[in-house]
Amino acid sequence: MDDVSFTVEPGRLTGLLGPNGAGKTTTVSMIAGLTRPERGSVLVNGHALSGDTDPMKRTIGLVPQDLALYDELSARDNLRFFGALYDLSGAALEKAMTSALTLVGLADRARDRVKTFSGGMKRRLNLAAGLLHDPDILLLDEPTVGVDPQSRNAIFDNLEELKRRGKALLYTTHYMEEAERLADRIVVIDAGKVVADDTLAGLYAGVKGGAQSHLSLEAVFLMLTGRSLRD
Amino acid sequence: MGLTAFLAMVRKDLVLFISDRRSVIVAFAVPIFIGSFIGSITGGVGRNGRPRVNVAIADDDGGAISTAVVAGVQADENLNVTVTTSDDVKDRVKKGTIGVGAVIPRGFGEGSTRSLVRPGGTRPQLFVFYDPSRTIEVGLVQGVLTQHVMLAISRAMGVPRPSLPFTMSAEALTSRENVPYNSYAHAFAGMGIQFLLFSALNLGIEMLVERDRGLWARLRSAPISRFVIVGGKIASITIISLMTLLVSFGFAMIVFKVRIEGSLIGFLAVSIACSMMAAGFGLLIAAVGNSPKTARGVSTLASLVMVMLGGAWVPTFVFPKWLQQVTVIVPVRWAVDGLDATTWRGLGLSSAVVPTLALLGFAAVFTAIAFARFRWEEA
Repeated sequence: MDDVSFTVEPGRLTGLLGPNGAGKTTTVSMIAGLTRPERGSVLVNGHALSGDTDPMKRTIGLVPQDLALYDELSARDNLRFFGALYDLSGAALEKAMTSALTLVGLADRARDRVKTFSGGMKRRLNLAAGLLHDPDILLLDEPTVGVDPQSRNAIFDNLEELKRRGKALLYTTHYMEEAERLADRIVVIDAGKVVADDTLAGLYAGVKGGAQSHLSLEAVFLMLTGRSLRD
Repeated sequence: MGLTAFLAMVRKDLVLFISDRRSVIVAFAVPIFIGSFIGSITGGVGRNGRPRVNVAIADDDGGAISTAVVAGVQADENLNVTVTTSDDVKDRVKKGTIGVGAVIPRGFGEGSTRSLVRPGGTRPQLFVFYDPSRTIEVGLVQGVLTQHVMLAISRAMGVPRPSLPFTMSAEALTSRENVPYNSYAHAFAGMGIQFLLFSALNLGIEMLVERDRGLWARLRSAPISRFVIVGGKIASITIISLMTLLVSFGFAMIVFKVRIEGSLIGFLAVSIACSMMAAGFGLLIAAVGNSPKTARGVSTLASLVMVMLGGAWVPTFVFPKWLQQVTVIVPVRWAVDGLDATTWRGLGLSSAVVPTLALLGFAAVFTAIAFARFRWEEA
């Protein structure tokens, strides 16, 4: 990564776009505290994150690209474990689990083992695990990979609801139509550098003839990052 | 925050272990099955008498002395004798159906008597054949044969009631009287340790699987320290390893009457220390392994070597002297010695102190290296 800097604001979804290997997941890993940047810092409400046990990490929720769930455990047992990592227990944990499972539409499957879930259900539970501790910032790393349109739409509805609740969302994806639908602001990175950081309208206006010719986001993206294959 | 996360990690690992049927079978059923088998073929329960060596003998001489020799060895408490032809003796040894065979050639009795009177003459040969894979037995048979040949010759030469000029007593010795040797104690100690090691390694490899599946990222993104993460893993692996050992021993105690003849506290101390050592080793494998697949191969090899050199399969006293000295660097050796000492040897708490400290030392070293080598950051 090279001098990457952008801001994620409450109640807004920032789309983080880039070709394969651009540094999207690395950026998310740095914000989540999984990778330490050589230079620079991650600021949450002006407070620089420092160390594994920084209480400010509690304000961040991670929804990894992988289905980070225990297949042999039930949905509730998964959430019980992930909640305990944030010191949730007892009634508070029960309430958080019920709320998260209800939001993603899995309340009626709470006691079923995850291995019996469809891909879309696992994706929704993956999302529930990330927001269980009610974080202010939610990092979503390609959260809709491999899901059917129904589940994808359900996840979009969940994200809209989270925006309404004032959560700051950072969303990485390869699907341009998702960014067009959800993102209030779009950051495009390529080869570890930010090549664009603007609203959708701003991005269109920024490219030659973009505002007049009704270019798609994908066309704008290709103009910004080029057409050469990356892997 | 640390304690809630720590307890959750331990609980989660225990629930996952119990829900994995394959892991449960490997941890509990397999060591019981193999321990039972090895125990049964290495002595069984409470057999005070020594095992007899099977010998085939052929008397081609047929004289008074050779007949007396055959009668003598047949009556000997160390041997189980089959009298047959010389060709059959060789055939049985070649095929391995018998470990040692002896042939008394024609003229042996007369020649040996003459040789005793006139020492300068040619001495007759007594032929002994043996299976090269069973060299320990041949020495015993040679000694017994020599004894009975000398007695037979003495008798033939008119020595009244010839006998050895001494008697010898042989007594199985442990620290307590009337404690029969129970081979299941060593067999279950060895197999219990082997499979607790397998369980620990499996759990260590599961950490690599968790990393591959993104679970590690979720764990590391939470505000918990690395010590809590490592401590939780150590605790859960130790508990599961200990369960593996205690279930095996529990079965052996109920079914095969294995008893902790020595110090119960010492037995528990060695068991817990051994489980902590295994947990450290499992963590080390997770730290140095690149992928679950490669780690599984390397760790299986490493654990089998440790188990083999540690005396879990065969006691270390059968090793060459240099190897016996070298194996003190193998943690399994201390575990086997400690469990043997506190079970069938019937030794006290002091016999468990050094093995326990050694195992805790190995646990600390393995854990420290694992902690230092662990790839904490995600790519």
